[in-house]
Amino acid sequence: MVVVDAVSKRFGRLVVLKGVSAEFRPGAVTAVVGPNASGKTTLLKCVLGLVKPDAGTVTIDGRPVDDDPRVRERVGYMPQEPRFPDNLRVHELFALVQDLRGERSERLDELIDHFGLREHLRKPLRTLSGGTKQKASAVLTFAFAPRVLVLDEPSAGLDPLASSRLKDRILLERSRGATVLLTSHVMSELEELADEVLFLLEGSVRFRGTLDSLRAATGETRLERALARLMTAGGAAGSLAAGASRYAVAGPFSPETEEAAA
Amino acid sequence: MSTTLKVMKYAFFDLLRSRWLVAYTLFFAVATAGLLWFGDDPVQAALSSLNLVLLVIPLVALMLGMNHFYYARDYVQLILTQPVSRPAVFLGQFVGVAAPLAGAFVVGTGVPYLVYSLAAPVQAPVLASLLVAGAVVSVVFTGLAFWLGVANEERAKALGLALGVWLLLSIVYDGLVLFFIVIAQAYPIETAVMGLTLLNPIDLSRVLVLLRLDTAALLGYTGALFARFLGSPGGTALACGALLTWAVVPAWLGLRAFRAKDF
Repeated sequence: MVVVDAVSKRFGRLVVLKGVSAEFRPGAVTAVVGPNASGKTTLLKCVLGLVKPDAGTVTIDGRPVDDDPRVRERVGYMPQEPRFPDNLRVHELFALVQDLRGERSERLDELIDHFGLREHLRKPLRTLSGGTKQKASAVLTFAFAPRVLVLDEPSAGLDPLASSRLKDRILLERSRGATVLLTSHVMSELEELADEVLFLLEGSVRFRGTLDSLRAATGETRLERALARLMTAGGAAGSLAAGASRYAVAGPFSPETEEAAA
Repeated sequence: MSTTLKVMKYAFFDLLRSRWLVAYTLFFAVATAGLLWFGDDPVQAALSSLNLVLLVIPLVALMLGMNHFYYARDYVQLILTQPVSRPAVFLGQFVGVAAPLAGAFVVGTGVPYLVYSLAAPVQAPVLASLLVAGAVVSVVFTGLAFWLGVANEERAKALGLALGVWLLLSIVYDGLVLFFIVIAQAYPIETAVMGLTLLNPIDLSRVLVLLRLDTAALLGYTGALFARFLGSPGGTALACGALLTWAVVPAWLGLRAFRAKDF
């Protein structure tokens, strides 16, 4: 279980997260969605301990992320744009991570084949295409039996085959009980993977619930339309509610909205 | 092997691969050998080496340290998502750069002296103080480079600051001290000058080496005072303490900034 409690973060004058609270439960994929620059990546980085919140706490299975690096032992992270040391070869990268962790990955070979990376193992990382780097990142993400997966636009740049294999793997880890946090702008991916949606707008949680409850709350059957509705409603500060009483909501969508709609 | 040592190992191999380290070692080897064999006076050569060392090492340590820091940022981000503590990553990187830089100087300068000593006598205390001073200055300025690198997101700004620090400590500071001596020459300022020397790691290293040479006599009354003060156990402890503080404080400030940094 990943618990984010009243997390706030600003970069200089820019307030990125404003008291965000959320629980991410095991065995479920929670999609963190929102327009560009709504704080999605910052929230995920707070969960990883890469970004230090100004206020609030993040815990994984009850242990604060900040205190003990061992909290990250079973956390897999796929960043938006994986960046690796240029002078390493792919197999050296895998060896380095295993060496630093002091742990051999029993799944490594299987994952290399799963993502079709074997032919690239001896190539320097700087010569790889964006998609192939993403595959290397995927292998590392799943290599150490993760209990928590933090996936920031994981399929960006992947070809259809790799992308569908990635989804298979995410679903497999979910069935094994992993807590999955996912951001994506690919609607089909969200529809296929997400159990729940956490909608962020301007650094605040404006909606939280299942895909069905999102559809019900917005009156849209298609996810893309439903999310667009949330974005425009949130931007216009309650105009959706004012103009459409059938949603039975009184302002920007919020966790309470879900209960009101249900 | 601890995580810090592993991070150190990779930083070291990374530095080796860039070939900078080899070029840096060869630079000292060629310069020292030239000074020794063309001048044929090991003490004179040590004096010339000292001037070279105190100008080149701070600049190279700042530039190379900073360059490495920015170059390794992707790698640092990658390992910070692993179960590895931030202090281990920072210290591993810092020692992994500072130790090879200090080692390159010690080997590059020490080996020509060693070869030379087979044929002619070399003043061991002079050489030892030169090597120690160069090694410590390497650590001091790598620490400054890491601190400036961590504290500044923008590489250009950090490089500008690094150049400013180098100019200040290796050139401007001496000018200011000289200015102070000239305007205050009517007063007993020896203790104040000694205090000012302790505040600058480059000056401090220079004085520690110069005092091992006979030429210290040329420094006149101030030189005698320095010799007396730094020759005493208390003075030596204070000077070493000041140098050690310079070696530790910038790196510690860098570590503090690194722990709080957002990636």
